[in-house]
Amino acid sequence: MNVFWVLTRRELGAYFVSLTGYLIIAAITFLTGASYAQLVNVLGRETLPMPVTQMFFGSFYFWMILWLAAPVVTMRAFAQEKASGTFETLMTTPVSDLQVVLAKFSAACLFYLVMWLPLLACLFIVNHYTSQPALDLGTMGGMYLGIVLVGGFFLSFGCLASALTRSQMVAAMISLAFGMCQFALAWWASSLPSSNQWQSQLWSCMDMFAQMNNFARGAVDTRALVFYLSTTFLFLFLTLRVVESRRWK
Amino acid sequence: MIEVSNLTKRYAGRTAVDGISFTVARGEIVGLLGPNGAGKSTTMRVLSGFMPASSGTVRVAGFDVFHDGEEARRHIGYMPENNPLYLEMRVREYLKFRARLKGLGWRRSRERVTTVMEQCGLTDVGRRIIGQLSKGYKQRVGLADALVHEPDLIILDEPTIGLDPQQIRSVRTLIKSLAGKHTVLISTHILPEVEMMCGRVLIMYNGRVLASDTPENLQRRMAGGSQVIAEIAAPQAALEAAIAALPDVEQFDIVETDGAFFRCALTPPEGIDLRPALAALASQNGWPLRELTRSRHSLEDIYVQVTKPKSEDPE
Repeated sequence: MNVFWVLTRRELGAYFVSLTGYLIIAAITFLTGASYAQLVNVLGRETLPMPVTQMFFGSFYFWMILWLAAPVVTMRAFAQEKASGTFETLMTTPVSDLQVVLAKFSAACLFYLVMWLPLLACLFIVNHYTSQPALDLGTMGGMYLGIVLVGGFFLSFGCLASALTRSQMVAAMISLAFGMCQFALAWWASSLPSSNQWQSQLWSCMDMFAQMNNFARGAVDTRALVFYLSTTFLFLFLTLRVVESRRWK
Repeated sequence: MIEVSNLTKRYAGRTAVDGISFTVARGEIVGLLGPNGAGKSTTMRVLSGFMPASSGTVRVAGFDVFHDGEEARRHIGYMPENNPLYLEMRVREYLKFRARLKGLGWRRSRERVTTVMEQCGLTDVGRRIIGQLSKGYKQRVGLADALVHEPDLIILDEPTIGLDPQQIRSVRTLIKSLAGKHTVLISTHILPEVEMMCGRVLIMYNGRVLASDTPENLQRRMAGGSQVIAEIAAPQAALEAAIAALPDVEQFDIVETDGAFFRCALTPPEGIDLRPALAALASQNGWPLRELTRSRHSLEDIYVQVTKPKSEDPE
Protein backbone atom coordinates (compact mmCIF):
# COMPACT_ATOMS: atom_id res chain seq x y z
CA MET A 1 0.00 0.00 0.00
CA ASN A 2 2.84 2.26 0.92
CA VAL A 3 4.53 1.68 -2.41
CA PHE A 4 1.24 2.39 -4.17
CA TRP A 5 1.06 5.87 -2.62
CA VAL A 6 4.69 6.59 -3.39
CA LEU A 7 4.06 5.65 -7.03
CA THR A 8 0.80 7.58 -7.26
CA ARG A 9 2.44 10.67 -5.82
CA ARG A 10 5.23 10.53 -8.35
CA GLU A 11 2.83 9.99 -11.23
CA LEU A 12 0.70 12.89 -10.13
CA GLY A 13 3.79 15.02 -9.56
CA ALA A 14 4.96 14.26 -13.09
CA TYR A 15 1.98 16.21 -14.47
CA PHE A 16 2.97 19.29 -12.56
CA VAL A 17 6.76 19.33 -12.92
CA SER A 18 6.40 19.57 -16.67
CA LEU A 19 4.34 22.02 -18.64
CA THR A 20 1.83 19.38 -19.81
CA GLY A 21 -0.27 19.44 -16.67
CA TYR A 22 -0.64 23.20 -16.68
CA LEU A 23 -1.35 23.27 -20.41
CA ILE A 24 -4.11 20.71 -20.06
CA ILE A 25 -5.67 22.59 -17.16
CA ALA A 26 -5.42 25.88 -19.03
CA ALA A 27 -7.06 24.42 -22.11
CA ILE A 28 -9.85 22.84 -20.09
CA THR A 29 -10.42 26.07 -18.16
CA PHE A 30 -10.70 27.90 -21.44
CA LEU A 31 -13.22 25.43 -22.85
CA THR A 32 -15.26 25.36 -19.65
CA GLY A 33 -15.21 29.14 -19.57
CA ALA A 34 -16.32 29.36 -23.20
CA SER A 35 -19.18 26.98 -22.61
CA TYR A 36 -20.11 28.90 -19.47
CA ALA A 37 -20.13 32.20 -21.32
CA GLN A 38 -22.35 30.71 -23.97
CA LEU A 39 -24.64 29.31 -21.32
CA VAL A 40 -24.99 32.63 -19.56
CA ASN A 41 -25.72 34.23 -22.89
CA VAL A 42 -28.52 31.77 -23.58
CA LEU A 43 -29.90 32.12 -20.09
CA GLY A 44 -29.92 35.90 -20.49
CA ARG A 45 -32.22 35.63 -23.48
CA GLU A 46 -34.68 32.97 -22.48
CA THR A 47 -35.58 30.80 -19.55
CA LEU A 48 -35.14 27.09 -19.83
CA PRO A 49 -36.83 24.52 -17.66
CA MET A 50 -33.70 22.57 -16.79
CA PRO A 51 -30.79 22.96 -14.35
CA VAL A 52 -27.64 24.59 -15.74
CA THR A 53 -25.66 21.42 -15.16
CA GLN A 54 -27.92 19.60 -17.54
CA MET A 55 -27.46 22.32 -20.13
CA PHE A 56 -23.73 22.09 -19.73
CA PHE A 57 -23.66 18.36 -20.37
CA GLY A 58 -25.93 18.76 -23.32
CA SER A 59 -23.42 21.13 -24.91
CA PHE A 60 -20.77 19.89 -27.22
CA TYR A 61 -18.06 21.50 -25.07
CA PHE A 62 -18.34 18.90 -22.36
CA TRP A 63 -17.90 16.03 -24.78
CA MET A 64 -15.03 17.72 -26.51
CA ILE A 65 -13.25 18.19 -23.20
CA LEU A 66 -13.80 14.55 -22.39
CA TRP A 67 -12.74 13.38 -25.81
CA LEU A 68 -9.52 15.42 -25.79
CA ALA A 69 -8.54 15.29 -22.15
CA ALA A 70 -8.51 11.55 -21.50
CA PRO A 71 -5.97 10.70 -24.23
CA VAL A 72 -3.73 13.63 -23.32
CA VAL A 73 -3.79 12.78 -19.62
CA THR A 74 -3.06 9.08 -20.07
CA MET A 75 -0.85 8.95 -23.17
CA ARG A 76 2.41 9.22 -21.25
CA ALA A 77 1.53 6.70 -18.54
CA PHE A 78 3.32 3.68 -19.94
CA ALA A 79 4.44 4.79 -23.40
CA GLN A 80 6.89 7.36 -22.10
CA GLU A 81 8.38 4.97 -19.56
CA LYS A 82 8.87 2.39 -22.25
CA ALA A 83 10.39 4.86 -24.69
CA SER A 84 12.85 6.30 -22.18
CA GLY A 85 13.71 2.94 -20.62
CA THR A 86 12.57 3.89 -17.13
CA PHE A 87 10.01 1.10 -17.39
CA GLU A 88 12.90 -1.28 -16.81
CA THR A 89 14.14 0.52 -13.70
CA LEU A 90 10.58 0.72 -12.42
CA MET A 91 9.76 -2.94 -12.94
CA THR A 92 13.02 -4.15 -11.38
CA THR A 93 12.13 -2.62 -8.03
CA PRO A 94 10.11 -4.77 -5.65
CA VAL A 95 6.74 -3.48 -6.90
CA SER A 96 4.02 -5.61 -8.43
CA ASP A 97 2.53 -5.02 -11.87
CA LEU A 98 -0.86 -4.44 -10.29
CA GLN A 99 0.51 -1.67 -8.07
CA VAL A 100 2.01 0.07 -11.08
CA VAL A 101 -1.17 -0.13 -13.16
CA LEU A 102 -3.39 1.04 -10.31
CA ALA A 103 -1.03 3.85 -9.35
CA LYS A 104 -0.91 5.17 -12.90
CA PHE A 105 -4.67 4.97 -13.26
CA SER A 106 -5.28 6.60 -9.88
CA ALA A 107 -2.89 9.44 -10.66
CA ALA A 108 -4.65 10.00 -13.99
CA CYS A 109 -8.03 10.02 -12.19
CA LEU A 110 -6.81 12.48 -9.57
CA PHE A 111 -5.42 14.79 -12.20
CA TYR A 112 -8.68 14.48 -14.11
CA LEU A 113 -10.58 15.57 -11.00
CA VAL A 114 -8.30 18.55 -10.46
CA MET A 115 -8.88 19.42 -14.08
CA TRP A 116 -12.63 19.73 -13.49
CA LEU A 117 -12.32 22.12 -10.57
CA PRO A 118 -12.81 25.28 -12.68
CA LEU A 119 -16.27 23.98 -13.55
CA LEU A 120 -17.14 24.06 -9.90
CA ALA A 121 -16.19 27.73 -9.80
CA CYS A 122 -18.42 28.46 -12.79
CA LEU A 123 -21.36 26.74 -11.15
CA PHE A 124 -20.84 28.63 -7.91
CA ILE A 125 -20.91 31.89 -9.78
CA VAL A 126 -24.19 30.90 -11.42
CA ASN A 127 -25.50 29.85 -8.05
CA HIS A 128 -24.48 33.09 -6.44
CA TYR A 129 -25.98 35.46 -8.96
CA THR A 130 -29.09 33.60 -10.02
CA SER A 131 -31.77 31.80 -8.19
CA GLN A 132 -31.22 28.43 -9.76
CA PRO A 133 -32.97 26.09 -7.40
CA ALA A 134 -31.55 22.94 -8.94
CA LEU A 135 -27.95 23.58 -7.90
CA ASP A 136 -28.24 21.56 -4.74
CA LEU A 137 -25.92 18.88 -3.41
CA GLY A 138 -27.84 16.14 -5.21
CA THR A 139 -27.37 17.64 -8.64
CA MET A 140 -23.75 18.49 -7.94
CA GLY A 141 -23.06 15.01 -6.57
CA GLY A 142 -24.77 13.36 -9.51
CA MET A 143 -22.88 15.53 -11.91
CA TYR A 144 -19.51 14.81 -10.38
CA LEU A 145 -20.31 11.10 -10.13
CA GLY A 146 -21.10 11.16 -13.83
CA ILE A 147 -17.88 12.98 -14.60
CA VAL A 148 -15.87 10.47 -12.56
CA LEU A 149 -17.56 7.43 -14.09
CA VAL A 150 -17.32 8.53 -17.70
CA GLY A 151 -13.79 9.76 -16.99
CA GLY A 152 -12.75 6.46 -15.44
CA PHE A 153 -14.07 4.68 -18.49
CA PHE A 154 -12.05 6.81 -20.91
CA LEU A 155 -8.97 7.04 -18.69
CA SER A 156 -8.78 3.28 -18.21
CA PHE A 157 -8.91 2.85 -21.96
CA GLY A 158 -6.21 5.51 -22.28
CA CYS A 159 -3.99 3.51 -19.91
CA LEU A 160 -4.53 0.43 -22.02
CA ALA A 161 -3.64 2.31 -25.21
CA SER A 162 -0.52 3.70 -23.55
CA ALA A 163 0.56 0.25 -22.38
CA LEU A 164 0.24 -1.10 -25.91
CA THR A 165 2.82 1.16 -27.50
CA ARG A 166 6.11 2.96 -26.94
CA SER A 167 4.95 6.13 -28.64
CA GLN A 168 2.85 8.71 -26.82
CA MET A 169 1.43 9.95 -30.10
CA VAL A 170 0.23 6.50 -31.11
CA ALA A 171 -1.26 6.00 -27.65
CA ALA A 172 -3.13 9.31 -27.92
CA MET A 173 -4.39 8.43 -31.38
CA ILE A 174 -5.67 5.03 -30.29
CA SER A 175 -7.59 6.68 -27.44
CA LEU A 176 -8.93 9.43 -29.68
CA ALA A 177 -10.13 6.86 -32.20
CA PHE A 178 -11.73 4.90 -29.39
CA GLY A 179 -13.47 8.05 -28.15
CA MET A 180 -14.74 8.75 -31.65
CA CYS A 181 -16.17 5.24 -32.00
CA GLN A 182 -17.72 5.53 -28.58
CA PHE A 183 -19.42 8.82 -29.46
CA ALA A 184 -20.61 7.41 -32.78
CA LEU A 185 -22.11 4.44 -30.97
CA ALA A 186 -23.70 6.69 -28.36
CA TRP A 187 -25.14 8.92 -31.04
CA TRP A 188 -26.48 5.93 -32.93
CA ALA A 189 -27.90 4.40 -29.75
CA SER A 190 -29.63 7.64 -28.87
CA SER A 191 -31.24 7.85 -32.29
CA LEU A 192 -32.78 4.38 -32.00
CA PRO A 193 -36.45 4.28 -31.07
CA SER A 194 -36.79 2.96 -27.55
CA SER A 195 -38.59 -0.33 -27.07
CA ASN A 196 -38.65 -3.07 -24.52
CA GLN A 197 -36.77 -5.58 -26.62
CA TRP A 198 -33.47 -6.74 -25.17
CA GLN A 199 -31.47 -5.50 -28.16
CA SER A 200 -32.67 -1.99 -27.68
CA GLN A 201 -32.13 -2.26 -23.92
CA LEU A 202 -28.56 -3.34 -24.57
CA TRP A 203 -27.98 -0.51 -27.00
CA SER A 204 -29.29 1.99 -24.51
CA CYS A 205 -26.28 1.12 -22.34
CA MET A 206 -24.12 2.74 -24.99
CA ASP A 207 -26.10 5.95 -24.93
CA MET A 208 -23.66 8.08 -23.00
CA PHE A 209 -25.55 11.27 -23.77
CA ALA A 210 -28.74 10.10 -22.10
CA GLN A 211 -26.78 8.64 -19.19
CA MET A 212 -24.89 11.86 -18.61
CA ASN A 213 -28.15 13.76 -18.87
CA ASN A 214 -29.52 11.65 -16.05
CA PHE A 215 -26.46 12.21 -13.90
CA ALA A 216 -26.67 15.94 -14.51
CA ARG A 217 -30.25 15.96 -13.30
CA GLY A 218 -29.01 14.22 -10.18
CA ALA A 219 -30.55 10.90 -11.11
CA VAL A 220 -28.17 7.96 -10.66
CA ASP A 221 -29.08 5.09 -12.95
CA THR A 222 -27.65 1.75 -11.74
CA ARG A 223 -27.41 0.43 -15.29
CA ALA A 224 -25.05 3.24 -16.19
CA LEU A 225 -23.17 2.76 -12.94
CA VAL A 226 -22.65 -0.94 -13.65
CA PHE A 227 -21.74 -0.29 -17.26
CA TYR A 228 -19.03 2.26 -16.47
CA LEU A 229 -17.58 0.43 -13.49
CA SER A 230 -17.40 -2.92 -15.27
CA THR A 231 -15.86 -1.52 -18.45
CA THR A 232 -13.33 0.42 -16.37
CA PHE A 233 -12.37 -2.78 -14.58
CA LEU A 234 -12.18 -4.60 -17.88
CA PHE A 235 -9.81 -2.05 -19.39
CA LEU A 236 -7.66 -2.00 -16.26
CA PHE A 237 -7.51 -5.77 -16.29
CA LEU A 238 -6.44 -5.73 -19.94
CA THR A 239 -3.81 -3.10 -19.13
CA LEU A 240 -2.47 -5.35 -16.40
CA ARG A 241 -2.28 -8.24 -18.84
CA VAL A 242 -0.42 -6.11 -21.35
CA VAL A 243 2.06 -5.01 -18.68
CA GLU A 244 2.51 -8.63 -17.63
CA SER A 245 2.90 -9.72 -21.23
CA ARG A 246 6.63 -9.02 -21.16
CA ARG A 247 6.80 -12.15 -19.04
CA TRP A 248 5.49 -14.42 -21.73
CA LYS A 249 7.01 -12.80 -24.80
CA MET B 1 24.99 -14.96 -4.37
CA ILE B 2 24.02 -15.66 -7.97
CA GLU B 3 23.29 -19.17 -9.17
CA VAL B 4 22.45 -19.44 -12.83
CA SER B 5 21.80 -22.86 -14.26
CA ASN B 6 20.99 -23.67 -17.87
CA LEU B 7 19.59 -20.22 -18.47
CA THR B 8 18.13 -19.90 -21.95
CA LYS B 9 16.30 -16.88 -23.33
CA ARG B 10 14.65 -16.95 -26.71
CA TYR B 11 13.07 -14.00 -28.44
CA ALA B 12 10.76 -14.67 -31.35
CA GLY B 13 12.86 -17.06 -33.40
CA ARG B 14 16.22 -15.98 -31.98
CA THR B 15 18.15 -17.44 -29.09
CA ALA B 16 19.81 -14.61 -27.21
CA VAL B 17 21.17 -16.66 -24.32
CA ASP B 18 21.83 -20.33 -24.85
CA GLY B 19 21.95 -22.57 -21.79
CA ILE B 20 24.50 -20.69 -19.69
CA SER B 21 25.40 -21.66 -16.13
CA PHE B 22 27.59 -19.83 -13.66
CA THR B 23 27.76 -18.91 -10.00
CA VAL B 24 29.02 -15.77 -8.34
CA ALA B 25 30.09 -15.78 -4.71
CA ARG B 26 29.31 -13.04 -2.19
CA GLY B 27 31.63 -10.03 -2.42
CA GLU B 28 33.00 -10.83 -5.87
CA ILE B 29 33.24 -8.28 -8.68
CA VAL B 30 32.57 -10.16 -11.86
CA GLY B 31 32.86 -8.76 -15.36
CA LEU B 32 30.62 -9.99 -18.12
CA LEU B 33 32.62 -9.43 -21.25
CA GLY B 34 31.55 -9.87 -24.82
CA PRO B 35 30.89 -8.09 -28.10
CA ASN B 36 27.59 -6.35 -28.74
CA GLY B 37 24.82 -8.87 -29.18
CA ALA B 38 26.58 -11.56 -27.15
CA GLY B 39 23.68 -11.81 -24.72
CA LYS B 40 25.11 -9.76 -21.86
CA SER B 41 22.20 -7.37 -21.52
CA THR B 42 19.65 -10.16 -21.88
CA THR B 43 21.40 -12.13 -19.13
CA MET B 44 21.32 -9.07 -16.89
CA ARG B 45 17.67 -8.36 -17.62
CA VAL B 46 16.77 -11.90 -16.61
CA LEU B 47 18.94 -11.67 -13.51
CA SER B 48 17.34 -8.39 -12.50
CA GLY B 49 13.90 -9.97 -12.78
CA PHE B 50 12.70 -7.75 -15.62
CA MET B 51 12.02 -10.67 -17.93
CA PRO B 52 11.74 -14.35 -17.19
CA ALA B 53 13.99 -16.97 -18.73
CA SER B 54 12.65 -19.25 -21.45
CA SER B 55 14.13 -22.13 -19.48
CA GLY B 56 16.60 -22.65 -16.67
CA THR B 57 16.68 -21.10 -13.22
CA VAL B 58 18.24 -18.01 -11.73
CA ARG B 59 18.57 -17.61 -7.98
CA VAL B 60 19.76 -14.42 -6.35
CA ALA B 61 20.52 -14.45 -2.62
CA GLY B 62 18.66 -17.76 -2.46
CA PHE B 63 15.45 -16.48 -4.12
CA ASP B 64 14.25 -17.54 -7.53
CA VAL B 65 13.99 -14.34 -9.57
CA PHE B 66 10.83 -15.50 -11.29
CA HIS B 67 8.87 -17.28 -8.59
CA ASP B 68 10.04 -15.12 -5.68
CA GLY B 69 10.45 -12.09 -7.90
CA GLU B 70 9.59 -9.37 -5.41
CA GLU B 71 11.79 -10.84 -2.68
CA ALA B 72 14.69 -11.38 -5.08
CA ARG B 73 14.39 -7.82 -6.42
CA ARG B 74 14.75 -6.49 -2.88
CA HIS B 75 18.32 -7.83 -2.94
CA ILE B 76 19.22 -6.43 -6.33
CA GLY B 77 20.31 -2.96 -7.40
CA TYR B 78 20.13 -2.74 -11.16
CA MET B 79 21.32 -0.06 -13.53
CA PRO B 80 20.19 -0.86 -17.07
CA GLU B 81 22.00 0.01 -20.26
CA ASN B 82 21.89 3.74 -21.09
CA ASN B 83 20.92 4.49 -17.49
CA PRO B 84 17.30 5.62 -17.85
CA LEU B 85 16.19 8.23 -15.28
CA TYR B 86 13.19 10.47 -14.73
CA LEU B 87 14.78 13.55 -16.22
CA GLU B 88 12.22 16.00 -14.87
CA MET B 89 12.92 15.14 -11.23
CA ARG B 90 15.52 16.61 -8.92
CA VAL B 91 18.42 14.39 -7.85
CA ARG B 92 17.52 14.12 -4.19
CA GLU B 93 13.82 13.81 -4.89
CA TYR B 94 14.47 11.03 -7.40
CA LEU B 95 16.72 9.06 -5.09
CA LYS B 96 14.24 9.39 -2.28
CA PHE B 97 11.42 8.21 -4.51
CA ARG B 98 13.48 5.21 -5.56
CA ALA B 99 14.42 4.41 -1.97
CA ARG B 100 10.77 4.48 -0.91
CA LEU B 101 9.84 2.35 -3.92
CA LYS B 102 12.41 -0.20 -2.85
CA GLY B 103 10.69 -0.51 0.49
CA LEU B 104 12.75 1.75 2.76
CA GLY B 105 10.82 3.66 5.38
CA TRP B 106 10.60 7.43 5.38
CA ARG B 107 13.39 8.06 7.91
CA ARG B 108 15.64 5.28 6.63
CA SER B 109 15.29 6.48 3.04
CA ARG B 110 16.38 9.96 4.07
CA GLU B 111 19.50 8.60 5.76
CA ARG B 112 20.37 6.30 2.91
CA VAL B 113 19.90 8.98 0.27
CA THR B 114 22.28 11.27 2.15
CA THR B 115 24.81 8.44 2.43
CA VAL B 116 24.75 7.39 -1.21
CA MET B 117 24.83 10.99 -2.36
CA GLU B 118 28.06 11.44 -0.43
CA GLN B 119 29.39 8.13 -1.67
CA CYS B 120 28.71 9.02 -5.30
CA GLY B 121 29.74 12.67 -5.06
CA LEU B 122 26.27 14.06 -5.63
CA THR B 123 25.94 16.22 -2.53
CA ASP B 124 26.45 19.45 -4.47
CA VAL B 125 23.84 18.70 -7.12
CA GLY B 126 21.07 17.39 -4.87
CA ARG B 127 18.66 20.14 -5.86
CA ARG B 128 19.48 20.14 -9.56
CA ILE B 129 17.11 18.70 -12.15
CA ILE B 130 18.47 15.43 -13.47
CA GLY B 131 17.87 16.36 -17.10
CA GLN B 132 20.22 19.32 -16.76
CA LEU B 133 23.14 17.33 -15.35
CA SER B 134 26.18 16.22 -17.32
CA LYS B 135 26.38 12.62 -18.44
CA GLY B 136 28.91 11.77 -15.74
CA TYR B 137 26.61 13.06 -13.03
CA LYS B 138 23.63 11.24 -14.51
CA GLN B 139 25.66 8.05 -14.41
CA ARG B 140 26.39 8.67 -10.75
CA VAL B 141 22.71 9.21 -10.08
CA GLY B 142 22.06 5.83 -11.69
CA LEU B 143 24.73 4.24 -9.51
CA ALA B 144 23.39 5.93 -6.40
CA ASP B 145 19.96 4.57 -7.27
CA ALA B 146 21.37 1.04 -7.60
CA LEU B 147 23.04 1.40 -4.20
CA VAL B 148 20.37 3.19 -2.25
CA HIS B 149 18.66 0.19 -0.65
CA GLU B 150 21.98 -1.50 0.22
CA PRO B 151 21.40 -4.44 -2.09
CA ASP B 152 23.49 -7.60 -1.80
CA LEU B 153 23.88 -7.73 -5.55
CA ILE B 154 24.54 -4.80 -7.86
CA ILE B 155 24.06 -5.33 -11.58
CA LEU B 156 25.50 -2.64 -13.83
CA ASP B 157 24.98 -2.83 -17.56
CA GLU B 158 27.79 -0.94 -19.30
CA PRO B 159 28.28 1.60 -16.49
CA THR B 160 31.01 3.61 -18.20
CA ILE B 161 29.64 3.81 -21.72
CA GLY B 162 29.73 7.27 -23.26
CA LEU B 163 31.72 8.92 -20.47
CA ASP B 164 34.91 10.91 -20.87
CA PRO B 165 38.15 9.44 -19.44
CA GLN B 166 37.98 11.51 -16.28
CA GLN B 167 34.40 10.41 -15.59
CA ILE B 168 35.25 6.79 -16.41
CA ARG B 169 38.02 6.87 -13.83
CA SER B 170 35.74 8.20 -11.11
CA VAL B 171 33.01 5.67 -11.88
CA ARG B 172 35.59 2.86 -11.81
CA THR B 173 36.96 3.99 -8.48
CA LEU B 174 33.45 4.04 -7.12
CA ILE B 175 32.70 0.52 -8.35
CA LYS B 176 36.01 -0.78 -7.00
CA SER B 177 35.13 0.64 -3.60
CA LEU B 178 32.05 -1.59 -3.52
CA ALA B 179 34.10 -4.81 -3.50
CA GLY B 180 33.70 -6.97 -0.42
CA LYS B 181 30.54 -5.31 0.84
CA HIS B 182 28.47 -5.93 -2.26
CA THR B 183 28.56 -8.47 -5.03
CA VAL B 184 28.89 -6.67 -8.33
CA LEU B 185 28.18 -7.89 -11.84
CA ILE B 186 29.32 -5.53 -14.59
CA SER B 187 28.89 -5.96 -18.29
CA THR B 188 31.20 -4.27 -20.72
CA HIS B 189 32.90 -4.71 -24.03
CA ILE B 190 35.92 -2.71 -22.94
CA LEU B 191 38.76 -5.01 -21.92
CA PRO B 192 40.93 -2.79 -19.73
CA GLU B 193 37.86 -2.09 -17.66
CA VAL B 194 37.50 -5.69 -16.50
CA GLU B 195 41.23 -6.00 -16.02
CA MET B 196 41.11 -3.00 -13.74
CA MET B 197 37.96 -3.66 -11.77
CA CYS B 198 37.02 -7.30 -11.79
CA GLY B 199 38.24 -10.28 -9.82
CA ARG B 200 36.76 -12.63 -12.38
CA VAL B 201 35.75 -12.47 -16.01
CA LEU B 202 33.00 -14.32 -17.82
CA ILE B 203 33.48 -14.13 -21.54
CA MET B 204 30.25 -14.35 -23.48
CA TYR B 205 29.85 -14.88 -27.16
CA ASN B 206 26.75 -15.80 -29.14
CA GLY B 207 24.72 -16.41 -26.03
CA ARG B 208 27.26 -18.76 -24.42
CA VAL B 209 29.82 -18.38 -21.68
CA LEU B 210 33.11 -19.33 -23.30
CA ALA B 211 35.49 -18.74 -20.43
CA SER B 212 35.29 -17.96 -16.75
CA ASP B 213 38.43 -17.17 -14.79
CA THR B 214 40.44 -14.43 -13.16
CA PRO B 215 42.07 -12.04 -15.60
CA GLU B 216 45.48 -13.33 -14.41
CA ASN B 217 44.60 -16.99 -14.94
CA LEU B 218 43.33 -16.28 -18.39
CA GLN B 219 46.68 -14.63 -19.08
CA ARG B 220 48.47 -17.70 -17.79
CA ARG B 221 46.38 -20.01 -19.88
CA MET B 222 47.45 -18.11 -22.92
CA ALA B 223 51.06 -17.92 -21.76
CA GLY B 224 52.05 -21.01 -23.76
CA GLY B 225 52.68 -18.87 -26.78
CA SER B 226 54.27 -15.90 -25.03
CA GLN B 227 57.62 -14.79 -26.35
CA VAL B 228 60.70 -13.27 -24.77
CA ILE B 229 62.09 -10.25 -26.55
CA ALA B 230 65.71 -9.22 -26.12
CA GLU B 231 67.69 -6.51 -27.84
CA ILE B 232 71.39 -7.37 -27.80
CA ALA B 233 74.36 -5.77 -29.57
CA ALA B 234 76.58 -8.60 -30.85
CA PRO B 235 78.01 -10.05 -34.02
CA GLN B 236 75.06 -11.70 -35.76
CA ALA B 237 76.62 -15.12 -36.34
CA ALA B 238 77.87 -15.44 -32.76
CA LEU B 239 74.51 -14.33 -31.40
CA GLU B 240 72.62 -16.84 -33.53
CA ALA B 241 74.92 -19.65 -32.48
CA ALA B 242 74.70 -18.73 -28.80
CA ILE B 243 70.90 -18.56 -28.86
CA ALA B 244 70.59 -21.80 -30.78
CA ALA B 245 72.73 -23.41 -28.13
CA LEU B 246 70.44 -22.30 -25.30
CA PRO B 247 68.27 -25.03 -23.84
CA ASP B 248 64.46 -24.63 -23.90
CA VAL B 249 64.23 -22.55 -27.04
CA GLU B 250 61.57 -23.90 -29.33
CA GLN B 251 61.86 -21.25 -31.94
CA PHE B 252 63.73 -18.02 -32.44
CA ASP B 253 63.91 -15.13 -34.78
CA ILE B 254 66.60 -12.47 -35.03
CA VAL B 255 66.14 -9.19 -36.88
CA GLU B 256 68.51 -6.28 -37.21
CA THR B 257 67.41 -3.03 -35.65
CA ASP B 258 69.22 0.30 -35.51
CA GLY B 259 72.99 0.24 -35.15
CA ALA B 260 74.61 -2.85 -33.72
CA PHE B 261 71.53 -4.10 -31.92
CA PHE B 262 69.57 -7.16 -32.91
CA ARG B 263 66.07 -7.87 -31.81
CA CYS B 264 65.68 -11.50 -30.78
CA ALA B 265 62.28 -13.07 -30.30
CA LEU B 266 62.46 -16.42 -28.52
CA THR B 267 59.62 -18.85 -27.92
CA PRO B 268 60.05 -21.13 -24.92
CA PRO B 269 57.93 -24.17 -24.07
CA GLU B 270 55.03 -23.53 -21.69
CA GLY B 271 55.94 -22.53 -18.18
CA ILE B 272 59.61 -21.70 -18.84
CA ASP B 273 61.01 -18.21 -18.36
CA LEU B 274 63.96 -17.59 -20.65
CA ARG B 275 64.86 -14.15 -19.30
CA PRO B 276 67.52 -15.16 -16.72
CA ALA B 277 69.28 -17.37 -19.26
CA LEU B 278 69.36 -14.55 -21.79
CA ALA B 279 70.66 -12.06 -19.25
CA ALA B 280 73.37 -14.49 -18.27
CA LEU B 281 74.25 -15.08 -21.93
CA ALA B 282 74.66 -11.37 -22.58
CA SER B 283 76.76 -10.74 -19.49
CA GLN B 284 79.03 -13.78 -20.08
CA ASN B 285 79.85 -12.59 -23.56
CA GLY B 286 80.06 -8.96 -22.55
CA TRP B 287 77.29 -8.01 -25.07
CA PRO B 288 75.34 -4.87 -24.29
CA LEU B 289 71.70 -5.73 -23.50
CA ARG B 290 69.23 -2.85 -23.74
CA GLU B 291 65.87 -4.57 -23.51
CA LEU B 292 64.65 -7.82 -22.03
CA THR B 293 60.95 -8.41 -21.77
CA ARG B 294 58.28 -11.04 -21.98
CA SER B 295 55.43 -10.14 -24.27
CA ARG B 296 52.28 -10.22 -22.15
CA HIS B 297 49.10 -11.36 -23.76
CA SER B 298 46.63 -8.68 -23.13
CA LEU B 299 43.10 -9.70 -22.37
CA GLU B 300 42.48 -8.38 -25.83
CA ASP B 301 44.31 -11.37 -27.32
CA ILE B 302 42.37 -13.76 -25.14
CA TYR B 303 39.16 -12.09 -26.12
CA VAL B 304 39.96 -12.19 -29.82
CA GLN B 305 41.10 -15.80 -29.53
CA VAL B 306 38.07 -16.93 -27.57
CA THR B 307 35.52 -15.06 -29.61
CA LYS B 308 36.99 -15.94 -32.98
CA PRO B 309 33.91 -17.07 -34.89
CA LYS B 310 35.75 -19.75 -36.86
CA SER B 311 37.14 -21.80 -33.99
CA GLU B 312 34.84 -24.68 -33.11
CA ASP B 313 35.75 -25.05 -29.46
CA PRO B 314 38.02 -22.29 -28.29
CA GLU B 315 38.25 -23.49 -24.71
